[in-house]
Amino acid sequence: MTRALINVPSRARRGEIIAIKTLISHVMETGFRYTTAGERISRDIIHGFVATYNGEEIFRAELFPALSANPFITFHTVATESGTIEFRWTGDNGYAATESAKITVE
Amino acid sequence: MLRTTFLAAAVAIAAPALSAEIPHDQRQSSYELMSPDTRAMQDEDTSNPGMLWVLEGEALWKRETGEANRSCADCHGDATQSMKGVAARHPAFDEKRREPVDLEGRINICRTEQQKAPASARESRDILALSAFIARQSRGMPIESSDERLRPFIEKGRSLFTARQGQLNLTCAQCHDDNWGQKLAGIPVPQAHPTGYPLYRLEWQALGSLQRRLRNCMIGMRAEAYVYGAPEYIALETFVKWRARGMPMESPAVRP
Ligand code: HEC
Ligand code: HEC
Repeated sequence: MTRALINVPSRARRGEIIAIKTLISHVMETGFRYTTAGERISRDIIHGFVATYNGEEIFRAELFPALSANPFITFHTVATESGTIEFRWTGDNGYAATESAKITVE
Repeated sequence: MLRTTFLAAAVAIAAPALSAEIPHDQRQSSYELMSPDTRAMQDEDTSNPGMLWVLEGEALWKRETGEANRSCADCHGDATQSMKGVAARHPAFDEKRREPVDLEGRINICRTEQQKAPASARESRDILALSAFIARQSRGMPIESSDERLRPFIEKGRSLFTARQGQLNLTCAQCHDDNWGQKLAGIPVPQAHPTGYPLYRLEWQALGSLQRRLRNCMIGMRAEAYVYGAPEYIALETFVKWRARGMPMESPAVRP
């Protein structure tokens, strides 16, 4: 089952640069490994990450098999207005997860 | 990589085993040996991947299961109260079995006897999640090992810790008592205190138990690892917990 940890400051001053941190549980199976029986383990990774701030896209990343399990993604943005920051991860085999955090800007 | 690592160790540790116990004022957690980045990862709950297992354990804690259809919470209530300090004093002596059981073993006793559910396999996601969630409730608390009934098991653990084993003919104590602080192929040799378990190891890219760590060291010594849950592991766990008595718990820790 997917678990995610989000770190967004709950309050910020308007115009302040804030750090956003996300961590999500995922095996990030590369597709390059084999079982002891010699069968290839099929690729199972998160390949997309998008963050929106009151509906507007503020960050996007493409992920590749070189990434470790449980990817940790951190980035900065400017606190413009109060509202919701949403995160969406998409991956192989129809994988999708969403999380959101509220921020008050004053 | 591992092979060269431990070969180098065998050459470096040719001196006879002295195995003096580490004076208490010199004891240190492996945390002290970590890079600032890895420490920061452990310190902040939202960047510590071990917390993903804690979250899952919290959900499992409340889930009814087994023939009894009861959750851990049905009997134990709020874990932040009822499980405080529990991990810090495991392995604990079990009256009925007349031997110590570790935290994973204890959880399985409740699963089988109280919930009437099948035991979870060692290192399975469920047992790691529950043990991480329970161990989190001991964070900052001192490791406790004062039950006199543990004594024979501590001594058994000590004799395993100081016995030569494996193709490299090494003892645990040669690395962890006599050569801590030295480098082993660039990696600092820690004192082997179990303060952080279960913990997230970057090399594993997953959470693992203390037994998994012990297994790693045994494979490094080219000794035959015991099966998970073996009495030898329980004795070693009981010994290293005693050896670290008084040190604060850090679960879920992060290690390289
Ligand atoms: C039907 C009631 C019941 C349920 C359900 C139950 N337990 Fe227990 N648990 C007990 C009792 C009673 C004890 C103490 C007696 C003993 O040693 O068995 C105990 C002891 C424990 C201990 C040791 C506490 C200490 O102070 O040393 C742990 C840890 C524990 N349980 C975890 C769990 C977990 C995790 C679950 C769910 C997977 C669970 N229990 C489900 C009744 C229950
Ligand atoms: C050749 C040296 C060597 C021997 C022998 C050895 N270890 Fe280790 N041990 C290490 C190293 C190096 C690490 C740290 C690995 C790392 O951080 O990548 C370690 C880590 C540990 C840890 C984890 C400490 C922490 O903070 O997570 C424990 C516990 C441990 N060893 C116990 C043992 C036991 C018990 C034995 C004997 C069965 C043993 N070791 C044998 C080198 C050794």
